[in-house]
Amino acid sequence: MTGVLAALLAAPRLVRLSAIDLVIVVFYFVLVLAIGFYLKSRSNTAEDFFLAGREMTAWIAGLSFLSANLGALELMGWAAAAYQYGILAAHWYWIGAIPAMLFLGIVMMPFYYISKTHSVPGYLKLRFGEASRALSAISFALMTVFMSGINMYSMALVMKVVLGWDINFSIWVSSLTVAVYVTLGGLRSAIFNEVLQFILIWAGALLIPILGLVEAGGWRNLQAQVTANASAEYTHLWSTLGSFSDNPMGIHWTGIVFGLGFIISFGYWTTDFLVVQRVLSAKDLRSAKMAPIIGAAFKMFVPFIVILPGLLALAVLPVKLTGESVAVATGGHSYNEVLPLMLARYCGPGLLGLGITALIAGFMSGMAGNVSAFSTVWTYDIYGALIKKNASDKHYVSMGRWSTVVGVLISIGTAYLVMQFLSIMDYVQALFSFFVAPLFGTVILGMLWKRATPAGGFWGLFAGTVSSIGMWAWVKIDPSVLAYVALSSHAKDMAENMYRALWSWLVCVIVTVAVSMVTTPKSDSELKGLVMGVTDIPSEGQLSLVQRPAFWAVAVGIVFVIFNVIFW
Amino acid sequence: MKTDGAISIWFFIGISLLVNGVLILGAGLYEFSHPPETKVVLYQLHANVWWGAVLLLCGLVFCLKSAPSRAS
Repeated sequence: MTGVLAALLAAPRLVRLSAIDLVIVVFYFVLVLAIGFYLKSRSNTAEDFFLAGREMTAWIAGLSFLSANLGALELMGWAAAAYQYGILAAHWYWIGAIPAMLFLGIVMMPFYYISKTHSVPGYLKLRFGEASRALSAISFALMTVFMSGINMYSMALVMKVVLGWDINFSIWVSSLTVAVYVTLGGLRSAIFNEVLQFILIWAGALLIPILGLVEAGGWRNLQAQVTANASAEYTHLWSTLGSFSDNPMGIHWTGIVFGLGFIISFGYWTTDFLVVQRVLSAKDLRSAKMAPIIGAAFKMFVPFIVILPGLLALAVLPVKLTGESVAVATGGHSYNEVLPLMLARYCGPGLLGLGITALIAGFMSGMAGNVSAFSTVWTYDIYGALIKKNASDKHYVSMGRWSTVVGVLISIGTAYLVMQFLSIMDYVQALFSFFVAPLFGTVILGMLWKRATPAGGFWGLFAGTVSSIGMWAWVKIDPSVLAYVALSSHAKDMAENMYRALWSWLVCVIVTVAVSMVTTPKSDSELKGLVMGVTDIPSEGQLSLVQRPAFWAVAVGIVFVIFNVIFW
Repeated sequence: MKTDGAISIWFFIGISLLVNGVLILGAGLYEFSHPPETKVVLYQLHANVWWGAVLLLCGLVFCLKSAPSRAS
């Protein structure tokens, strides 16, 4: 990510907004604030503020679940990756998301929902005890506000480069807007705005692939032009993954399937509270199961507005985009400017404003997701568990509002810190990744294996996290050990991350199992509602076939397989 | 999603699409009658006219379907 921002810093302003474009951007800010003020009166209890009253429909929870992840830096970053590595980037949207989202809906959601937990650390408390909760809550809260600050700075930088806006202006206007609407309306306000942002992202970005395909002359012609301008490998998803050296990303299919498709994807989509919180707000168990499936259905089509523009740029842009160092040296454009360049290529007055609004909406939805998740974990799992137990509902709502404001202020501080020391960004991202894979090991064993004990859960999570940090530090100190950690001395950062996640997950699972075998498990009665085999999951026998979440999970799974075969 | 006769999220989305549709369609029609000196690629398709119209129509449908008066 540091590279993305360094390149953007060096680039000239890409587009100039007309008056009508500015009106569209300003209208967006007015509308999100209006939603926050409107929802203030409906966020009076802790259940309202932190879980949106648990009354969201499957559609709202599902779109919000997806939108919280659909940040603009992600959109721009993956469009850049598509230009650089071709259609391989789509793996992060398909095998790197769909199976995990379906698994969350069908297998894991019943336990999260029936346990009535308000957070993922809250589930760990119920299943493994206070120590596991404290470890995961503190690490999550710290990383969440840091990530929020990084996103904030990234947005401000993109606005500076694309539009020439002052960085301080962008940071304060966007963060205060998010602070106001989340503080007023809590999770309900964040979710309402995330759904609005999801629609705007599509409305603003969909024209690029449509017009791009018109200009390129359809998919077949696009493939031919990409082959001519880059190489035929850029339009194949799997057929080049037999060897590290046969594809532009330098990756092997085992890394994609096991590292990305299993550990990283399942870790993020099933245990990162930022996204899981949206599903916990569903009004009933069926909605909670359907929400990730609806999210998966839409996720499958996101490559159309992210990956396809990157490929189209390879075919139609008259200039050759380069890596950041070359772009800085030559004054040209870097990969990371793909999406704004394509936006400027096709979008006249009005449409440009909508496209820029889509980017701002993406940033703000990610920021609001981080802040609302931080507020919940801080209030319930740190303040309520370790500092002030058994306070009134009103007190916790008040703490939720204050922690939202404080979370935003810490994020702003982080944004300025990153501005001074850009490399911090990479370290914080690495830190965030340390916790995801082991947490998935702990949660999945907790849900599926009743023999897992509180001591096993805690020490497994601790060992997995420490081993991940250890491997990362080891490679930093002695780069030659990359050959052991990532199975290849030529592995790129992405490959290293995948294999490190795989090993740390294995360490977590092995330690959890080993410690559990020599310690005393909880009784079945204590595990009711938390673990498979001792939990009564409500029957769906009364539902027709098309009302059953499993039916839609299979349907989404079939389309997922078809997409992979088509672009093999 | 709405409860207690409250305004649906879809109404807010309808308002957003409607206003954006009107603005983009308006800008497109103005551009149609006063062609700019510097044109975007595929200008001849007048994307802002038909995309603005699509957004306007979608916004109208959302607003009408989820108007607060219908909820009450």
